[in-house]
Amino acid sequence: MTASAPLGIIMLCHTALPRAAQVARFWLRAGCPVVLHVDRAVPERELEGLRADLGSEPLLRFSPRHRCEWGSWNIVRASQDAAEVMLGDFPEVGHVLLSSGSCLPLRPAEELLAFLRDRPDTDFIESVSINHATWIMGGLSEERFTLYFPFGWRRQRWLFDTAVEVQRKLEIRREVPRPLDPHMGSQWWCLTRATLQAILTDPKRPRYERYFRRNWIPDESYFQTLVRLHDRRVENRSLTLVKFDRNGRPYLFYDDHLQLLRRSDCFLARKIWPEADKLYDFFLSDQPTRLPPVTPEPAKIDRYFELAEKQRFEGRAGLYMQSRFPSFDTVGTARTAGPYAAFSGFEHLFENFEHWLGQVTGTRPHGHLYAPDRVQFHGGAQVWHGALSASGAIRDYNPYMFLTNLLWATRGEVQCFLFGPEDRLPDGLVDFMTHDPNARISVLTGAYLLPYFRGRKVDGDLLHHIGEMQRREQAWLTILRSRWVQAQVEICSLGEMLADPEARLRAIIEAMDGAAGLSVHGLPALRPMEGFDRYLVQLRDKGLPPAILKEFQC
Amino acid sequence: MYRPLSGSQDRWFQFRMDWKRRRLRARAILKGRELTCLRKGGWARDSVLLFCTIRNEAERLEWFMHHYRALGVGHFIFIDNASDDGTRETLLVQPDATVYATEASYKASRFGMDWINWLMLRHANGHWCVVADADELLIYPHWQTRPLRALTQCLEARGQPVLPAMMLELYPKGPLDQAEYVPGSDPTNCLNWFDAANYTIAHKPLLDCLLIQGGPRARCFFADSPHRAPTLTKLPLIRWSWHNAWVNATHSILPRRLNRVFDAGQGEGLSGVLLHTKFLPTVVEKSRIEKARGEHFGNAPVFDSYYDAVAQAPDLWCPASKRYSGWEQLEELGLISRGGWA
Repeated sequence: MTASAPLGIIMLCHTALPRAAQVARFWLRAGCPVVLHVDRAVPERELEGLRADLGSEPLLRFSPRHRCEWGSWNIVRASQDAAEVMLGDFPEVGHVLLSSGSCLPLRPAEELLAFLRDRPDTDFIESVSINHATWIMGGLSEERFTLYFPFGWRRQRWLFDTAVEVQRKLEIRREVPRPLDPHMGSQWWCLTRATLQAILTDPKRPRYERYFRRNWIPDESYFQTLVRLHDRRVENRSLTLVKFDRNGRPYLFYDDHLQLLRRSDCFLARKIWPEADKLYDFFLSDQPTRLPPVTPEPAKIDRYFELAEKQRFEGRAGLYMQSRFPSFDTVGTARTAGPYAAFSGFEHLFENFEHWLGQVTGTRPHGHLYAPDRVQFHGGAQVWHGALSASGAIRDYNPYMFLTNLLWATRGEVQCFLFGPEDRLPDGLVDFMTHDPNARISVLTGAYLLPYFRGRKVDGDLLHHIGEMQRREQAWLTILRSRWVQAQVEICSLGEMLADPEARLRAIIEAMDGAAGLSVHGLPALRPMEGFDRYLVQLRDKGLPPAILKEFQC
Repeated sequence: MYRPLSGSQDRWFQFRMDWKRRRLRARAILKGRELTCLRKGGWARDSVLLFCTIRNEAERLEWFMHHYRALGVGHFIFIDNASDDGTRETLLVQPDATVYATEASYKASRFGMDWINWLMLRHANGHWCVVADADELLIYPHWQTRPLRALTQCLEARGQPVLPAMMLELYPKGPLDQAEYVPGSDPTNCLNWFDAANYTIAHKPLLDCLLIQGGPRARCFFADSPHRAPTLTKLPLIRWSWHNAWVNATHSILPRRLNRVFDAGQGEGLSGVLLHTKFLPTVVEKSRIEKARGEHFGNAPVFDSYYDAVAQAPDLWCPASKRYSGWEQLEELGLISRGGWA
């Protein structure tokens, strides 16, 4: 028997055998014995190819083959058989590492050997008590141990689900054999010879096996539970980096993950895309040793995948695009990308209101975005961020997306704009803004009358026109005063504003963090209002509803 | 904006569209007689196939094939619609191309879709396929490091048979005919500007698809009639089954469920873009020819003013245009998403 390194590698392979062979050779070169388990589903021809590829190696063994379906007991069987071969054939082996055919070593073998040499009695296995395992994907946690699972999850999904439901209904529970304390964790471990021997030669092993055989995903609980009976020192972590998505599938690593993987503090990573040539070439060569070492930053890897996960399931708020098109029905979620403020009527009462607003709040306020003829972007621009066109027709083609696009394209900059009943603003859009937590809507009711009072010419019947304005404003106010408002809405009538313009404006501006600007720039000047009350009386006497007058008088 | 349909309405649309699908397939079989095979190649069972209807694209062809070969397309299937600029000769000497030819009307074949439907029905069942024009370059998250095979495996694991990739129209800075392009080189070197956010999306309940419009053409040529602006929705990568039929270019497909490529909840699905390199300098010359041919739009005369505008070599660039720098930028701008494919 050849002298071997004190680390034995078990590899469970079922696809991409050439890659597995490549990794096996890596371990063999370092003097580590390798036991390969090749899934029974692999055609004989491919297995022969693998054998021929590896040639005859004194440190290489093949263990009895099983058909390992995902989550089935046979994965444990395969690991047990392979471990027995390993312990029996290679007496120098002190640690046994369980890996898969798509695992890739991230560090030189010598580094792992040295690491284990310093910790000869430590078992590395993720083994978390089920009372604390919060990371389980796919619903079942404790029930994995207390229900029967006679059906496969992949192939007999309906039977599987029904069986679980029925057992829940009938309150069927299995007894966990004493003295087991259910633990679970990553399937990929590195155990000491003593622990592994104790697990494999436990006099109660047949009993435990009978129990685990009907568990769900026993490969994540069998060794994890039993190690707690026999261990001397457990380090509760896996030496193999695996990241799972929310559906419980492991993320694949591709060539572009090279730098990320270099920052891992683990010794192996799973699962590697079989065609990731760059990863295999890099990590299986001596390149990692030749490059200057990188400080491990496992938190960075976690963050990278967490962000991806978040994007997949929560998305970026306010984004409407080809692969994210949320309906508006979800209550309470932001419909737009950032905060914005919409003002109605203020520009009719105050001189140069937009200019003043920009100064005080430090923003670039737009004019009437929904003006009938064209979009009044800040400074009369023809296009705005995101190449939004000032064309009124384009805006009116989809007024909702015009707003969401504007807010998306100007993320990070608060948008202010004016609107009013004279604009081409569909009622639905007011409703949209009202239900958007990002919106801040300030309405000065009755202010639409001021331009007419100042002599704005109207084609056709003036009274009809004003009546229409009033009807629209009332419709909006009904929406803005509804019970389901998510936006911050400030409604005040012309009369209320005139009674104390300073206090009213101050409240609005301070809510927009403009207190400092307000103390520098002061209040905007009021436009002349003499004779407005008489004008209102005239309108009333011409036949408009007296409600108009009330707005002003209160 | 998106609103779920009621069950009965959904079933009714389903029923109507199912018959439409059968009709389109029957039509494709009839139209297939217009095609003659000039060169037949072979491909493996797991090859990604690319289908393309082409006419006079000699200057783009080299880069087009280079781009898709690099992505891992295993075999190209071209339909040459009466090219006379050497395109056909180039195609016939490619080792990995099958070439069909026809002199029949592009418009009468529903803009080539009947031909594509027929060839896909015949060759593509079970294959992942790219369907793109010669001026469309598919990119998606991580495309430089992960070939199409990686993407299709990921989509398959998610049970998603289609990848959405809207058209992103690239344009030069300055008049269209002033840009300098060396045939066969990367067109994104000379066309490197795009519109970041002026895209409007509407949900079409009948097909359950999204209608994306906008971009520079809407901004410059259709500012008064945005409803006529070209559709930018595209579904260029699909795992084909002989039940399928393209409806309206590759904007929408039947059966209806395949159009559901978007996440109607809060999450983001996986998506890419087709870089549209239409606005190479030759577009000015070509738009004169295309106006005369009238083969490109259903109601062709309405688009005369569009062709006239392009023939004037306008400048599509505006101060808010973004310079194209890669897929990461497009993802940051919210035009595409890796959708959790980390």
